[in-house]
Amino acid sequence: MTGHVLLSVEGVAVDLPTPRGNLRAVDRVDLKVGAGQTLGIVGESGCGKTMLSRAILQLLPKKAKLSGRVMFDGQDLLTLDGERLRKLRGRSLAVVFQDPMTSLNPVLTIGTQLIETLREHLELDGLLAKKRSVELLAAVGIPAPEQRLMQYPHQLSGGMRQRVAIAIALSCEPKLLIADEPTTALDVTIQAQILDLLAREQRRRHMAMILITHDLGVVAGRTDEVAVMYAGRVVERAPTPALFKNMRMPYTEAMLAAIPKIDAAPHTPLPAISGRPPDPTRPIQGCSFSPRCRYATGRCHQDKPLLIQAEKLDHQYACFHPIKAAAGVSA
Amino acid sequence: MATLELGIEDVAVRAISRTRRLGPLFWAAMAWMSLVFAAAALAGLLPFGPTDMDMLERRAPPSALHWLGNDGLGRDELARLIHGARVSLTVGLCAPVIGITIGGALGMLAGYFRGRFETLVVGSMDVLLAFPPLILALAVTAYLGQSILNLTCILGVLGIPAFMRVARAATLTLARREFVIAAQALGATHARILLRELLPNVILPLFAFFLLGVAVTIVVEGALSFLGLGVPPPVSSWGSMIGEGRESLEMAPRLAFIPAVTMFLTVLSFNLVGDTLRALTDPRQGAL
Repeated sequence: MTGHVLLSVEGVAVDLPTPRGNLRAVDRVDLKVGAGQTLGIVGESGCGKTMLSRAILQLLPKKAKLSGRVMFDGQDLLTLDGERLRKLRGRSLAVVFQDPMTSLNPVLTIGTQLIETLREHLELDGLLAKKRSVELLAAVGIPAPEQRLMQYPHQLSGGMRQRVAIAIALSCEPKLLIADEPTTALDVTIQAQILDLLAREQRRRHMAMILITHDLGVVAGRTDEVAVMYAGRVVERAPTPALFKNMRMPYTEAMLAAIPKIDAAPHTPLPAISGRPPDPTRPIQGCSFSPRCRYATGRCHQDKPLLIQAEKLDHQYACFHPIKAAAGVSA
Repeated sequence: MATLELGIEDVAVRAISRTRRLGPLFWAAMAWMSLVFAAAALAGLLPFGPTDMDMLERRAPPSALHWLGNDGLGRDELARLIHGARVSLTVGLCAPVIGITIGGALGMLAGYFRGRFETLVVGSMDVLLAFPPLILALAVTAYLGQSILNLTCILGVLGIPAFMRVARAATLTLARREFVIAAQALGATHARILLRELLPNVILPLFAFFLLGVAVTIVVEGALSFLGLGVPPPVSSWGSMIGEGRESLEMAPRLAFIPAVTMFLTVLSFNLVGDTLRALTDPRQGAL
């Protein structure tokens, strides 16, 4: 990894009290993101991706218990007082959410939302903020930006709204952008555009990005490193090319197999991962993927494999029976 | 291949201009409201005062001099009606303002911060709701005396729980939406989120409820004055005029009916205008 470490997540665990017992949404996760780097976090619904991103932002629900350390730019976010954290969130950290229908305020115009953010954080005066807003909207590929400023979110399409949300997130030149499933609510044709836009702005502003998705195809070619999450834990972590070339964790393999192939014959059954993720309120003894894993043996049901380093230094996985090198697919 | 030339600029411009037919009913209601407000504002220009008595003209029918006739004490009915509009509109507008300010603020704070504060607010509002309103009005007027100010305060305080509930319900659903989390992620303070993100959303249902509150307050003020708990006697209000007209219902029914019809039309106008304005200013328009 090049450059200094911007964000370092150390042993972060999130516990949510529920009526059915304690729910461990994130289980001792370690991650690092370098300045200007992109980390992809991949996993199916409910594996703790969003909770992890909220933990980084310190925006967890009030009842949630967070432990571990989140070091951002040399500061521990967990020990930061409210005022300092607030300032940091606006200027250095930004988020793009999954659903652009609800992440914009429905009763304020696009202009109001953008201009107020700029005035608040960069202390620009009204005219300058307006000019900046127009530039930002143009930068994220919105035609006729000056007219858009006067429109309400419901007057824009989903893709346009997501572009506006990205413009607001980029407005304060953050050092780290967390994109939480930014394309899940959008049409497939718009998805690629939004992802390319994010990648382009990231390169231009030399900003670090965490791209959270459930689609391995989204992180391929757009991230420097990928962390695969399952049941609240990181189960495999590697530089993107290495992961696609030489995946070791059976879960990663199963997830990649579940992506529909464009060259497959019509009506080819999609290989799905059988079974369901374990109930997070009742943690199982062994590897959490063992009930669904086709390589599982007795040992997998007894002991929990730790995230260990493979033969390569930066490739980590948590599995007793890693897939042989030949089984991988090229990215 | 034929391509569809769609100018994006055209689309953007068309979306802004919004034409909506308001309908004759809305304009009739607006005209009536303007008439009532103008008359109330210009009440000082009338040739007769609301308390000038002419004992020879008791219950006189409408004439060129007294357009709506005279009441049971020979006072000009039109003058009393217009001066009554002043009282009814003052109380009817000011009392809900007290309710929307205090109730709206409490409701938003309770819905946003939740926890013990919410329990306290909701609990105390339930106490206020459980207290019989007429007894409260009686008690306050007995101790502080009958005046327009006291009447406004009582009706305002009685309106707080309803406004609190509307504001809290709206805030509860909005506070969990992603745009609030997005604002927090952008480093917004609680005050900023409440005032800039939530208030513009909450004010829409609250304002619709406010206009309903004006209509209800005018009626309640009328009822209280009818019972003799409203404004002190020589001052006229629509409710007290109906009450006084009751005594001469067989001889001159118009003395009770004219203020009643005026009140009915005014309340109806407020409701109509309120509904139309809400539909017109709501930028969500069924989106979301």
